[in-house]
Amino acid sequence: MIIELGHYLILSSMLFTIGVIGVFLNRKNVIIILMSLELILLSISINLVAFSAFLNDSVGQIFSLFILTVAAGEAAIGLAILVVYFRNAGNIEVDKINKMSG
Amino acid sequence: MFPAFLFYIFSATIILSALMVIFSKDPINSVLFLIFSFVNAAGIFLLAGAEFLALILVIVYVGAVAVLFLFVIMMLDFNIENIKKETKKFLPLGLFIGAILFLEISLMIYTPEIFSNEFRIIGRSYISNLSNTEILGNLIYTDYFLQFQLAGFILLVAMIGAIVLTLRHRDYVRRQNISNQINRESKASIELVDIKLNDRVNNDN
Repeated sequence: MIIELGHYLILSSMLFTIGVIGVFLNRKNVIIILMSLELILLSISINLVAFSAFLNDSVGQIFSLFILTVAAGEAAIGLAILVVYFRNAGNIEVDKINKMSG
Repeated sequence: MFPAFLFYIFSATIILSALMVIFSKDPINSVLFLIFSFVNAAGIFLLAGAEFLALILVIVYVGAVAVLFLFVIMMLDFNIENIKKETKKFLPLGLFIGAILFLEISLMIYTPEIFSNEFRIIGRSYISNLSNTEILGNLIYTDYFLQFQLAGFILLVAMIGAIVLTLRHRDYVRRQNISNQINRESKASIELVDIKLNDRVNNDN
């Protein structure tokens, strides 16, 4: 029972698919959509770390670090936009977010 | 044997808690399962030999991002009942697209050309007796220094953007006006009045 690269890739592809399904499923709740995006980015990080470990090349881990940075910034900006939107509109249902003119 | 066992435990927990993230009704439960999923992903990273990244994942995600999510969920009192209703409506569409996507990715993974020997040539080997953190530091502060600083700049822009977006000036809140306070003089604010006996203070001015 040896863990190979394929195991990591299947894990990350399952996680990616769950994230995409979550984006499609929760059409009402923007916060869960943001969490699904975090899951997608986590799956990409797992992919990069697995390739970095099996190709014996540490550059993948550095790229994963940058993905972590961008994910943190994206979460902060997304939640800030959500707070501002909730302050103006009073709800965060995705179906009703169709007005762009503020 | 034991690392393989750990790998299966961690990955099963990641998948189950990711499913709970997208299927649970309460957003608080979703955030807690997201935290659990990230902790298990840190375990996966440890098994792959990326100790630094595993601990950074715990610090950044569990310590910062998940707490940010919790704060926002607790600040916004949105109506959960309204959100609950229509999740089942999009279940067939979501499962259909997910199945197609998973099929595509699986076909791509099981292509044997990806794992051929030519692919391994790309990787530069960093075999040494240094620890994982030292290797990453040697790479980040030399070859990838520009990218490292750009990542810091992205974080700065995100921080300023979040502050500018959420800052609001409310008019009914009394604030200090420092220059007014400093420029205040005794002549303008204090008046000495001579009071006659049995007379009231005229306070009109």
